[in-house]
Amino acid sequence: MRRILSTAGIEFHIALRNRWVAIATGLMVLFALVLAAAGAAPTGDVGVDRLSITVVSLTSLAVYLVPLLALLMSFDAVAGEVERGTLPLLLTYPVSRAGVLAGKLLAHVVILGIAVTLGYGAAAMAAFWTDPDAARGLPALIRLIWTSVLLGATFLGFGYLLSSLSRRPSGAAGLAIGLWLALVVLYDLGLLALVVSGAGGGFATGALPALLLANPADAFRLFNLAAADSVGAAGGMGGAAASIPLWQSALSLALWPFAALILAVAAFRKITP
Amino acid sequence: MTSTLTISHLTKRFGPVAALTDVSLTVAPGQRVALLGHNGAGKSTMMKIILGLIPASEGEISVCGSAPGSAQARAQVAYLPENAAFHPALTGEEQLRHYLRLRGEAPGQAQDLLARVGLRDAAKRRIGTYSKGMRQRVGLAQTLIGHPRLLVLDEPTSGLDPVSRRDFYALLDGLAAEGASILLSSHVLTEVEARTDQILILAKGRIEAAGTLADLRRQAELPVSFTLTPAEGYAESLMESLTGAQLLSSGQIQISCRQEEKLALLKRITGFGPRITDLDVTPPSLEDIYSHFSRRTGQ
Repeated sequence: MRRILSTAGIEFHIALRNRWVAIATGLMVLFALVLAAAGAAPTGDVGVDRLSITVVSLTSLAVYLVPLLALLMSFDAVAGEVERGTLPLLLTYPVSRAGVLAGKLLAHVVILGIAVTLGYGAAAMAAFWTDPDAARGLPALIRLIWTSVLLGATFLGFGYLLSSLSRRPSGAAGLAIGLWLALVVLYDLGLLALVVSGAGGGFATGALPALLLANPADAFRLFNLAAADSVGAAGGMGGAAASIPLWQSALSLALWPFAALILAVAAFRKITP
Repeated sequence: MTSTLTISHLTKRFGPVAALTDVSLTVAPGQRVALLGHNGAGKSTMMKIILGLIPASEGEISVCGSAPGSAQARAQVAYLPENAAFHPALTGEEQLRHYLRLRGEAPGQAQDLLARVGLRDAAKRRIGTYSKGMRQRVGLAQTLIGHPRLLVLDEPTSGLDPVSRRDFYALLDGLAAEGASILLSSHVLTEVEARTDQILILAKGRIEAAGTLADLRRQAELPVSFTLTPAEGYAESLMESLTGAQLLSSGQIQISCRQEEKLALLKRITGFGPRITDLDVTPPSLEDIYSHFSRRTGQ
């Protein structure tokens, strides 16, 4: 445990020096504030507090931005060590490969946690400023924060996996962008195409929910939208969210980080320095 | 006393290519062993197998009584890679504190360790600003953490200036005196001559020669060369009486003979009396011995 904490400490230090902490936080705050400002208009019509509206907007933002940030932070984790030539020495130390990744994950999760808390926090402040009722949206905000961290942890694990598989930072970066496009953008487009093409009556009730749950990004969206009181404001996915029990999307969100880490450790173990 | 490192009949193949063939070696506590060979002779591969970074194809290896790469072995073995590299964003001290914690030691020793390798003043600077020699010293400092029973040092003096090299070998002497075994690689025989108890010459993955420097000299059977300075006008008559001699452009005469003929030849030369004014005897140099063994395999 001490070794994992030390690895986490040194990784956090490196991220601080490399400005990753500042970049991640800055990005989250900037985007969250832009959303808060843009989302200020519809309040009167929907009849819910300003913060709940903001959280729904933030969910849509997080589903793109959190995986992207996580992959950007993690694609270099193993491939970078291979390229710098620091891996052979590290692996002669009495620390397991799983321990190395766990340490990196811990540091990166903390950074993501800081970034989303400050980012969403900034948007929440904006909501509080204009709407005294905004406190009603606080549970939704807190839920959004911890689910964002889980979503981030999943994509951090994916990042380590790709980093271990490619062994070169440039290759890992390409794979990371590809994975982001596939899971966050193309996956939903594909499902949408299947729904629109009317692929059998059973699809929307049978395979579709399972496919949505299988993708951590969709599970994140489902959970936050279904849990929010303001499903009506969410549009789009609201229908699908209502038909899938909350515990299922929560389970998917909670299991994915472990699955991703296990895959990453397995790939990391295959590397001979 | 049990040995720190035992290798018997180690073979490593990368596909059809044999990187190491039937290598056996025993290193006792406190012993310093030098592994010599050209680039690609198999030195680094052998070290990585000892460290458990890559598996052996055949053969038995025991590191401090455990399998290479096992938790027990890793806890007792220190390694200095050929080109020691560290994260450029960290300072020397931060990096060492991390390594200390990974080995379960108090991180407060970092300053001390850096001072031992002459990096006290650079401790708070980022490693990215260090020269190659300084990085090498950070690498060396991390091998001193805890009390490793075996140090595996891959080209440890590359990038070090002559003075630092001497300090480095003095440091190794101290560690060996405390009972640590040291396995280091180099491609310079002159550098390791006085500093090691055993020399192994590796060529194309095979051990070509092993033993102390004196053993290697004997095994190599390289000729001893005599250089005579003839007195005025005697050069020609001397050349006639010494078959196989060469007249050098400097006017001196050079002749070489096998080790066991050395004394007989010396007797004959001293018999020339005043016809020669000076005599130099040159034993085979370390470079000669090294190239003799590494050339045998056609390298």
